[in-house]
Amino acid sequence: MKPAAFKYVRVDSVEAALSALEQYGSDAKILAGGQSLVPMMNFRIAQPSVLVDINPVNEIDFIRAENGWLCIGARTRQTTLEKNPDVNQKCPLLAAAVKWIGHPQIRNRGTLGGSLVHGDPTAELALVATLLDARLVIRSTAKSRTVGPADFFDGFMSTRITETEILTEVRYPAAPPGSGYGFHELCIRQGDFAVVAAAVQFTADDVGLCTEARVAVSGAGPKPLRIPAAEKILAGSDASAAVLDAAAACVPAELQPMSDLKGSEAYRREMARIFVRRALADAWSMAREKR
Amino acid sequence: MIRVRVNGVEYEREVEPRLLLCDFLRENLGLTGTHIGCEHGICGSCTVMVNGYTVRSCLMFAVQANDADVTTVEGLAAGGKLHPLQEAFSEHYGLQCGFCTPGMLFSALELLKETPKPTDHEIREGIAGNICRCTGYYHIVQAVKAAAEQMAQKQT
Ligand SMILES: Cc1cc2nc3c(=O)[nH]c(=O)nc-3n(C[C@H](O)[C@H](O)[C@H](O)COP(=O)(O)OP(=O)(O)OC[C@H]3O[C@@H](n4cnc5c(N)ncnc54)[C@H](O)[C@@H]3O)c2cc1C
Ligand code: FES
Ligand code: FES
Repeated sequence: MKPAAFKYVRVDSVEAALSALEQYGSDAKILAGGQSLVPMMNFRIAQPSVLVDINPVNEIDFIRAENGWLCIGARTRQTTLEKNPDVNQKCPLLAAAVKWIGHPQIRNRGTLGGSLVHGDPTAELALVATLLDARLVIRSTAKSRTVGPADFFDGFMSTRITETEILTEVRYPAAPPGSGYGFHELCIRQGDFAVVAAAVQFTADDVGLCTEARVAVSGAGPKPLRIPAAEKILAGSDASAAVLDAAAACVPAELQPMSDLKGSEAYRREMARIFVRRALADAWSMAREKR
Repeated sequence: MIRVRVNGVEYEREVEPRLLLCDFLRENLGLTGTHIGCEHGICGSCTVMVNGYTVRSCLMFAVQANDADVTTVEGLAAGGKLHPLQEAFSEHYGLQCGFCTPGMLFSALELLKETPKPTDHEIREGIAGNICRCTGYYHIVQAVKAAAEQMAQKQT
């Protein structure tokens, strides 16, 4: 047996999961897809004494379009995000980014909420949530609160959610009409975690000017980063090649990358610039086509 | 106490919560066709089907398979006849030592279910989560392609 012994608690509602967390406190951990937690338990890096298995909690497995938002239950599998028609239509960037997570066998189990709470700085789902400024709904027995990425992602593998809380839902603004996205990722082998990744969303108006631009990069800091300096250059511009070049050029200075086996600090800065540039080109041509 | 259907046979067993599904299949049920390589989700050799979807059996606890339908490589052949994918792997040298094969078969099976006529690139993507140390993958891709044709013919 690889993992240390634990008590197994299977729950079928959020209510029951919350009261189990309340009862066992810091000894307990939520088990969602298990694609990050179980490897850590097999290595005994994690040794929770109680596992609260939320796989049967179907009430947080949903995808609903509501007044310009796409609301998704935290226990929704990554494979579902990838294939669901509403996600592909209303938030196509999310569906595109999910395809970069591991492999089909991982996505068949892995969940939206598990990835976000795990807080890997290169996670595709964290990057998209940061870019789109998603709303995260967090519940405890006492209350429910909604936070944005800036108040949720704390730093390297760390998120601001207490041991008696559960992430239940994530809300994404639906892609505005006339918008396009770009997503580029550098990884050593297909399915690996990203070295760096860039995500972009552009909105074009009727005369072909950029009304809004969002740019975010992961793998170049303790959490995904928005790049306001680049966004400022793009907003209101005609998004000509020179403007896209200038926006990408200001990316490296905004990052806080680390050097590790997968890439040096300088390499990550440069690759982030190149990938943002490519994502900008994709996003802009898609936005113009749709106009 | 858990109740699991594996390859259509129902089993009831008392298990410790920390028992991984892969160890349950191999040690408690004696189904050693499911192989264990890395035990942390990377290599794909432990891939099986649970309720019709491929999963890493090293990242699931046996207790989580309560009431589930599990298919292992022992359940692929039917009526003493190999599955077309197994035939094709044998025919096209899709295996050498065979360690990766059970997992490869399930990843390929899921791919063909969704993409009955895959391109070489799609096949490579479909099996990217399964590491093979012997074949260099070329023959596996050929085998999957051949099996796809075989299975399409059978359907028409
Ligand atoms: C081979 C392999 C490759 C991978 N590649 C990638 C990749 O390229 N990109 C990527 O982003 N990820 C990758 N992953 C990780 C994968 O995306 C995981 O699915 C994800 O990080 C965790 O989701 P999970 O549902 O499996 O959560 P679990 O592993 O079950 O849980 C992770 C953590 O979140 C907590 N948690 C889970 N759900 C909730 C909730 N609703 N509320 C509160 N806490 C919760 C758990 O207690 C635990 O601490 C990979 C994994 C493997 C094994
Ligand atoms: S043993 Fe399960 S993926 Fe390697
Ligand atoms: S045949 Fe030996 S590992 Fe694939």
